[in-house]
Amino acid sequence: MPVKVIIPTPLRVFAAKHDSAEFPAESVGEALSKLTTEFGELRKHLYTEDGKLRSFVNVYVNDEDIRYLGKEETPVKDGDVVSIVPSIAGGLS
Amino acid sequence: MAEANLTISKELAEKIRAHGAETYPHECCGALLGKDSDPREILGLFPLVNRRDDSPRNRFSVTSQDVLDADKAARQQGLDVVGWYHSHPDHPARPSQYDRDHAWPWYSYIIVSVAEGKPQDMTSWRLNDDREAFSPEGIDIQQNATV
Repeated sequence: MPVKVIIPTPLRVFAAKHDSAEFPAESVGEALSKLTTEFGELRKHLYTEDGKLRSFVNVYVNDEDIRYLGKEETPVKDGDVVSIVPSIAGGLS
Repeated sequence: MAEANLTISKELAEKIRAHGAETYPHECCGALLGKDSDPREILGLFPLVNRRDDSPRNRFSVTSQDVLDADKAARQQGLDVVGWYHSHPDHPARPSQYDRDHAWPWYSYIIVSVAEGKPQDMTSWRLNDDREAFSPEGIDIQQNATV
């Protein structure tokens, strides 16, 4: 059973309207890489131009924030659920 | 791309404006709950606390847990989170570079300008798919909505 990646509502339009996708992967980074390879339009919304996850993109493995695990190198196993959860921010300047 | 539009009841529009006045001179923020129909309908609000304790006068942020809570509240009402609102204290209701840098596509971003504590213009925007700019979104305020 592969890893399931949950795609947040605002990004589904760039993923053929899928709400999730499944990939064999051994790390969070590998799962996200396969996601953005399959759906190339997602890349600019998840990653900066120098290839880092955008600061307002939060990624969870099951219910754990990968910032407190191994970041993108966090290992995943079959059946894990990787969720992409938006942070919302803004302001007048 | 054709200009997108959204509808909102006068009551909900007034609640957004009141939230901006209430938190002045700090920015307010909250989620827009509704349906992504054509036009997009705003049918509920989920007011949130501005987590930017360090510079709440010119910035707002909400946590991922806030986002999950807003999603849950929307689902319980059979709705989706279709956007977010925030205020610009003593500043025009136009998105800033900072807004654009942190915006997601698809969502509607309502901005209400609050001048000296009084709500002024209210505008809505959607980030273009290429992330290069926002496009204005017409707001149709329904005077006699039953929401």
